[in-house]
Amino acid sequence: MDRAIRVNVNGKSLEARVEPRLLLVHFVREVAGLTGTHVGCETSVCGACTVLLDGRAVKSCTMFAVQADGRKVETVEGLARNGKLHAVQEAFWNEHGLQCGFCTPGMIMTACQLLSDNPSPNREEIRHGIEGNLCRCTGYMHIVNAVQTAAKRMGR
Amino acid sequence: MATATPTKTETLVGKRVRRQEDPRLITGTATYVEDLKMPGMLYAVIVRSPHAAARIQAVRTQAAAKAPGVQAVFTGADVESVGPVPCAAALPGLRVPKHTILATNRVYFVGHPVTVVVATDRYLARDAADLVEVDYEPLPAVSEPEKALAKGAPAVHPEWPDNIAFTTHTEGGDLKKAFAEAAKTGVIVKERIISQRLVPMAMETRGVVAEWREGDRHLTLYSSTQIPHLLRTQVAIQLGLPENHLRVITPEVGGGFGSKLNVYAEEALMGFVAMRVNKPIKWIESRRENFQTTIHGRGHVDYAEMSATKDGTITGMKIKIIQDLGAYHQLLTPLIPTLSVLMMPGLYNFRNVEADIVGAFTNAVPTDAYRGAGRPEATHVIERMVDILAAELKMDPVEIRLKNFPSKDAFPFATATGLMYDSGDYAAPLHRALQIVDYAGTRKKQAEGRKQGRYLGIGISTYGEVCAFGPSPATPAGGWESATVKIEPTAKVTVMTGSSPHGQGQETTFAQLAADAFGVSLDDIVVIHGDTAVVQYGIGTFGSRATAVGGTAVYLALQDLRAKCSKFAAHMLGVALESVTFEGGVFSSGKTAKTVSFGEVALEAHICRNLPPGMEPGLVVTRFFEPANFAFPFGAHIAVVEVDKETGETKIQRYIAVDDCGKVINPLMVDGQVHGGVAQGLGQALLEEAVYDEGGQLVTGELMSYSVPKAHHVPEIECDRTETPSPVNPLGVKGVGEAGTIGCSPALVNAVVDALSPLGVRHIDMPMTPQRVWRVIQERSRT
Repeated sequence: MDRAIRVNVNGKSLEARVEPRLLLVHFVREVAGLTGTHVGCETSVCGACTVLLDGRAVKSCTMFAVQADGRKVETVEGLARNGKLHAVQEAFWNEHGLQCGFCTPGMIMTACQLLSDNPSPNREEIRHGIEGNLCRCTGYMHIVNAVQTAAKRMGR
Repeated sequence: MATATPTKTETLVGKRVRRQEDPRLITGTATYVEDLKMPGMLYAVIVRSPHAAARIQAVRTQAAAKAPGVQAVFTGADVESVGPVPCAAALPGLRVPKHTILATNRVYFVGHPVTVVVATDRYLARDAADLVEVDYEPLPAVSEPEKALAKGAPAVHPEWPDNIAFTTHTEGGDLKKAFAEAAKTGVIVKERIISQRLVPMAMETRGVVAEWREGDRHLTLYSSTQIPHLLRTQVAIQLGLPENHLRVITPEVGGGFGSKLNVYAEEALMGFVAMRVNKPIKWIESRRENFQTTIHGRGHVDYAEMSATKDGTITGMKIKIIQDLGAYHQLLTPLIPTLSVLMMPGLYNFRNVEADIVGAFTNAVPTDAYRGAGRPEATHVIERMVDILAAELKMDPVEIRLKNFPSKDAFPFATATGLMYDSGDYAAPLHRALQIVDYAGTRKKQAEGRKQGRYLGIGISTYGEVCAFGPSPATPAGGWESATVKIEPTAKVTVMTGSSPHGQGQETTFAQLAADAFGVSLDDIVVIHGDTAVVQYGIGTFGSRATAVGGTAVYLALQDLRAKCSKFAAHMLGVALESVTFEGGVFSSGKTAKTVSFGEVALEAHICRNLPPGMEPGLVVTRFFEPANFAFPFGAHIAVVEVDKETGETKIQRYIAVDDCGKVINPLMVDGQVHGGVAQGLGQALLEEAVYDEGGQLVTGELMSYSVPKAHHVPEIECDRTETPSPVNPLGVKGVGEAGTIGCSPALVNAVVDALSPLGVRHIDMPMTPQRVWRVIQERSRT
C-alpha cells in the first residue's frame, strides 16, 4: 500500500515510504520533522498549514504527501539563511504582526508568495492577498503593516 | 512603526518594544502541544454523539478494539471512577447536572463524548473510532433558550423539567419610583436585544498530552490552557491524585479568548488513559470538535427598559437576561451573565436598577467566558438603549452621553450595582474620538448623502468594563497573582509569573519592568510561565488581569530585590544604606568615590565572601498581589458606515478607537490588543453566529459555515488613547485585552441603525449580515 516518494523540503531531498492517504501537512510535520507548519482547520479555510509547493502557496492540510512527489516544498523553517531572518520574518517581528503565533508560519508563507507575485502591493492588495489565512488575534492591521514593510525592505 | 532597540540605560516601560517571544514564533521553532512527541506515544480519538438528546442503549467496542494499531478503548462505564468536570460557580440554588467525562446512559448535546479509542497512529485511531457502534434512542431536543423555558419544552435534564438552572434578582435604588415618574412626566424605552452565541475559535484547537510515570505515580499533563495551576488542582481532584503528583505544563498556546479558561473532560480523560495504558497519550481536538465541544460565548436574550426625564437624564434601567447555558456548566458558565448585571449601568450616572437572570439549559455545548465575558453583552445593551433613548427624545447620541457621565471629579464612583469605579474621565476619550472623526463634518456628509439616497451612519459607543480580576472575595478561585524574580550569579534575571499568557506578550511586558528595575537589557531577562513544577502557584491570564495583577506581583518582587541588592551594595561600598543610589546598572553613594555594578552585587550575593551581618545569601523573591478592587478601563469607539440599500451590505468607512487602559507599558502591544479586540467585536456585529437547528444540530459547525473575520473584513483602525492611571495598583495600569471587543459591537450596530434611521429603524440584532439588513430595508420601505 505504501508508496515511495521523494520530496525536496527546504532544499534537502527527503525519501520516504508513505500511505497514499497521508496528508502533506503530516508528512512535513512528522516525516520531515518540521513542526512550524500548523494544522488549524483541516478544511483549507484557515491557512495555518500554508507551505510553498514549487513556489506556490498551498494548504498542506488538504493535499496528500504523494501529490508532492518529485516536487519542492518550502516551509517557514527554510526562510532564515545563515542565522539571518528573512525580510518578511523580520517585518512581522518589528511590526508586531503576530500575537499567539499559531497562524504566523502560514501567514508568512502566503506573504512570501504575495510579494513574489506583486513586489509592491498596496494595503488593499495585501488584505486581498492574505484573505485565505485567518488570524484571530491581530485584527490583521499589524500584519498588513508587516507585509508592506517587508515589501519596502525587499525592494531596496 | 518605530520599534525601540533596547539599550542598556534607557527605560523601556512605555516604549514600543518589539516582542521577546517572537523569534521562536516567526521561525516555526515554538512548541505547541501538537508538536510534542515522545517514545511510545499513542493517539486518542473521541467518538462523540451525533444527537442533541438521546438515550444510549448500547456501546459496542469489540470491532474497534480489534482494529490495527488499537491499544485500548474506554467507554463511560470504564471511567466512572473519575470525578466530574468541575463548575466553580456557587450561585444560591444553582442546579448542577453531574458532568461525567464520558457519557454513560444519555447524551445531551451534539459532540458529547461517548468513547475514546487509543491507537499507535492518529490515522489508525480515526479508522477504529469509525468502528465503534453506539445504539441511540433519539429524544426531543431544545436548542434555543426561550423555547427551552416555554411550557411543554423537552427537558434537557429530566430531573429539572422547567430547564431553569438558576435565577437571580438584583436591585439598586428605587426603580419602581423612577419608572412611575418617567411614565408621568418622562419617557420609557424598551427593546429586546440579542447577543448571539459565538464560537471563540482560537487558531490552535485544544490539545492534551498526558505522560504517566508508574514508578512514582507521577502524571505530567501538557494542555493548551490559560490556567495551568487551577487546572492541576481540579484534575488532581478528578483523578484522585495527590496534587503534587501532577504537573501541568502549558507549552505555547495558540490563542484562548476565554475558551481555554476552563477545565475540560478531555484533560482528566487523557490523564486517566495514560495511567491505564502506561504510555504517553496525545489528543488533538479537530476543528469540528472545537466548534462542537469547546465552550461557546454570549447566548443572551435581553429585555431592557430604560427611563429618563424629557431632557435626557437617565433615571433607571431594568433588564431581564435569558442566558443560554447549554447542557452543562463548565467552569464559570453561570457566572458570566452576573458580570453583565454588574456592568449594566455602563458609564452612566443613574441610580435605579433592577436585573433578573434566568439561566436556561439547552441541548447545546455550554457557554462560558469568551473575550469580554458578560461585559460585551452589558455594553451592547446599555449602548443600544442610550441610542434608542436619544432617538426617542430626538437628541444627539453625543449629547445624551455627555449629559449622563459622572464628572471626572466624582471618582471613585459608586455605581447602582455596587461597584466602585476606580478612576475615569469619560468625556475625554469621547471628545478625542469626535475630533479625530470630525463629527460635525461627518454629520454634514451624512445629511448630503441622504439627499442622494445614500445610507451613511455614525455609531458611537462609550464603553466601560470591569477587569483586572480580583479582588479574591469577588472571584471563584482567588483573584491574586504571583511572581518570583531571581537574579542569577551572572546577573541574568529570571521572572516567573503565574499569569501564563497565550499570545498577550507578558514575556515582553514583564521583561520591560525587570529591565527598568535593574538597568539591564531585555536580552538579559527570561520570563518563565506555564509549568506548575517550576512556577509558584498562580491564577492565570484572563479578564484583562495579567498586567494589572500579575505585572504588579512582578513589580513588587522587583522592588524587594532591588532593596536587597542595595543592602549588599551598601555593605560592599562601606556606606550607610540610605546613601546608596542606583542608576544605569551602577550602585553609588555620595559618601565614597567607589561604585559597584549590578553584576558585582549579583555575584557577591551568591558567593558571599563578605555577607552583610544578618543577611541571607541569594537574590530570589516571591510576591503575591491581591488587588483591593477591580480596575475599570473605558473608552469611546466611533464607526462610520455606509449601508448599501440594494444588497444590505455594511461598509465600514472609518473606525476610531480611543481607549483608556490606564498607564501603558508597551503601546505597540496595546494597539495590537485593541485591533484584535475590535476584529472580534466586528465578527459578532457583522458575521458570526453559532446556529443550532431545531433538532440541536450545530449547522455552523466548521469554518466553512461560520464566518470569522478575514483581512478584508476589518477596516484600518484609527487608535488613540487617553491615560487615566488606576489607583488600584502601583503601576497605574487597568487592562486592554477585552476593551476592543466590548467597545466595538455597539459602535457598529449604532452606526447601521443610524444609517437606516430615515426608514424608522430603531434596532437590528447581530450579526448584521447583508441578508438581515436587506430584509429590514425591504420591510421598512414597504411600511
